[in-house]
Amino acid sequence: MKSKQKATIASHEQLAPGIYSLWVRTEMAVDAHPGQFVGVYPKDGSRLLMRPISICDVNEDRTQLRLVYRAGGNGTREIATYAAGEEVYLLGVLGNGYDLTKMQGKKVILLGGGIGIPPMLNLAKELKKQGTQTVTVLGYADNKLFLKEDFDKESEVLIATMDGSAGTKGTVIDAMNAENVTGDVVCACGPMPMLRAVKKYAEEKGMTAYISLEERMACGVGACLGCVTKTKEKDEHTHVNNTRICVEGPVFEASVVDI
Amino acid sequence: MNTKVTIAGIELKNPVMTASGTFGSGMEYSEMTDLNLLGAIVTKGVADKPWEGNPTPRVAEVYGGMLNAIGLQNPGVDVFMERDLPFLEKYDVPVIVNVCGHTVEEYCNVVEKLNNSKAAMYEINVSCPNVKQGALAFGQDAKVLEETTKAIKAIAKKPVIMKLSPNVTSIKDMALAAEAGGADAVSLINTLIGMKIDIERKCFVLANKTGGFSGPAVKPVAVRMVYDVAHAVKIPVIGMGGIATGEDAIEFLMAGATAISVGTMNFIDPQTTAKVADGIEAYMQRKGVEDIHELIGCV
Ligand SMILES: Cc1cc2nc3c(=O)[nH]c(=O)nc-3n(C[C@H](O)[C@H](O)[C@H](O)COP(=O)(O)OP(=O)(O)OC[C@H]3O[C@@H](n4cnc5c(N)ncnc54)[C@H](O)[C@@H]3O)c2cc1C
Ligand SMILES: Cc1cc2nc3c(=O)[nH]c(=O)nc-3n(C[C@H](O)[C@H](O)[C@H](O)COP(=O)(O)O)c2cc1C
Ligand code: FES
Repeated sequence: MKSKQKATIASHEQLAPGIYSLWVRTEMAVDAHPGQFVGVYPKDGSRLLMRPISICDVNEDRTQLRLVYRAGGNGTREIATYAAGEEVYLLGVLGNGYDLTKMQGKKVILLGGGIGIPPMLNLAKELKKQGTQTVTVLGYADNKLFLKEDFDKESEVLIATMDGSAGTKGTVIDAMNAENVTGDVVCACGPMPMLRAVKKYAEEKGMTAYISLEERMACGVGACLGCVTKTKEKDEHTHVNNTRICVEGPVFEASVVDI
Repeated sequence: MNTKVTIAGIELKNPVMTASGTFGSGMEYSEMTDLNLLGAIVTKGVADKPWEGNPTPRVAEVYGGMLNAIGLQNPGVDVFMERDLPFLEKYDVPVIVNVCGHTVEEYCNVVEKLNNSKAAMYEINVSCPNVKQGALAFGQDAKVLEETTKAIKAIAKKPVIMKLSPNVTSIKDMALAAEAGGADAVSLINTLIGMKIDIERKCFVLANKTGGFSGPAVKPVAVRMVYDVAHAVKIPVIGMGGIATGEDAIEFLMAGATAISVGTMNFIDPQTTAKVADGIEAYMQRKGVEDIHELIGCV
């Protein structure tokens, strides 16, 4: 069940310049699923809207959620100042998440680009638990390889950096080609150009791709119709070629959306 | 203590309603707040056919509020009557259906279909700033507004609320025109036209360039407009614009509103409507107010 709830910050640290890792104690951890997200409300009343942040990890006894985010704008910069013990309001758990049953017995390639890296961690972990073989390709700007050590525990990991300071120089697709990565299914989260490239790549190789989309959100629960993406077919909710990322997504089979 | 109010013969258990477009069809929020606590539910604008809406980005945050340019994406009245209305009928709450259209005929088509439904009232959106043709045009010219109201009233078998735009020189004149056209009530304000520019990327934040401004920052403008309108017309006024608390709602009631709607703040806290209703009661208790009518238009 979705709700707005008070959560307590268990720990908060900087992983790389501008990238923060936040563990929050919340009941939402009980049924959080890879690919889903929560809304974090800033406290400053001039900033009203929740910031959608993906679930990066869930602790062993499912009492805490980990959120890894980039402090870019005013709201996330405010959130970056919160200390352990402080309270914060969350809206969640939001979105559909990945359907892990469809990946059973397949070889899954996980692709994370930039701030699209965090949600792939929880996915890698859950896939490992159900015995699904994965290989993860992480794309960074430079050699500040945040979360890499966490991924090493869950999956085989390859690195791409735009400046060539670690791994393959270039994008996650460049790294896949350079290392001859193959699989049956691709799951990807990252900037739009990367997702478009992944969609094309999967089409060419005849693979199924699941991509996680981003859009500006107001309600997060399907009420405002702010966060839509174009779809090939008419959508169930409004019967037009637009569907809500916050409810029907953020994870979509790439062939379904027109990006 | 009495919190019941009546609009066009329809009794509301309290004056707290949802603002159209901020509460979906009610379904979206039904697991997060008790719909039975509402005075009425106002649904998202519905047209005679499905509407695609505008390109994204459709929403933006601004100081103390937000901009939206959804463009009235909606599934059309047929799907609405098959799926959304039956869902709402399970609750003990009057349903006010917000209606949009590009032409008078389109408004009338929707109203005609809804005449055979359990909807309690219609709210006619002649004030959406985000749709290229029509919509706002009906709400910015007093003569056109009066004619539109008349045409809809001629076929409507339920009370008609005309929803007014604040983007006019005199909202009072528009309210008088709606009243002259036979409207049973007016609601205001719809959103104010705004704009936000991304100075880093040197572009508009919204794909539509402009969007409707709503949220706590617009409240003083809305209260003033409700006051102006309530003192000009004899029909009931439904007030909205930035309501977040019971105290905010009381301001609107004192300005002359018979009922109020909560819009943007539903996004910030799905329980806002319930908290506003509680806040009104707490105020009445504290001030020894026996009947909410003592507050309406009391300043
Ligand atoms: C489903 C989903 C999952 C996400 N997961 C993560 C994550 O795990 N880690 C992370 O760092 N970021 C994530 N993002 C992006 C994150 O939501 C934005 O970076 C953040 O909202 C920006 O807020 P701000 O206060 O920094 O910027 P401001 O400029 O103050 O934001 C103003 C408004 O615009 C919205 N906004 C600005 N940029 C974006 C954006 N890129 N996407 C959506 N809304 C935006 C804000 O939410 C706010 O409403 C996710 C976005 C979505 C939609
Ligand atoms: C996202 C969004 C969608 C809206 N959609 C509609 C609509 O479909 N029809 C309508 O009459 N008003 C619509 N409105 C206007 C609201 O009903 C309300 O008049 C306005 O937002 C002011 O109230 P608020 O400040 O409490 O949000 C919309 C407002 C928002 C923020
Ligand atoms: S954010 Fe409101 S519908 Fe998705």
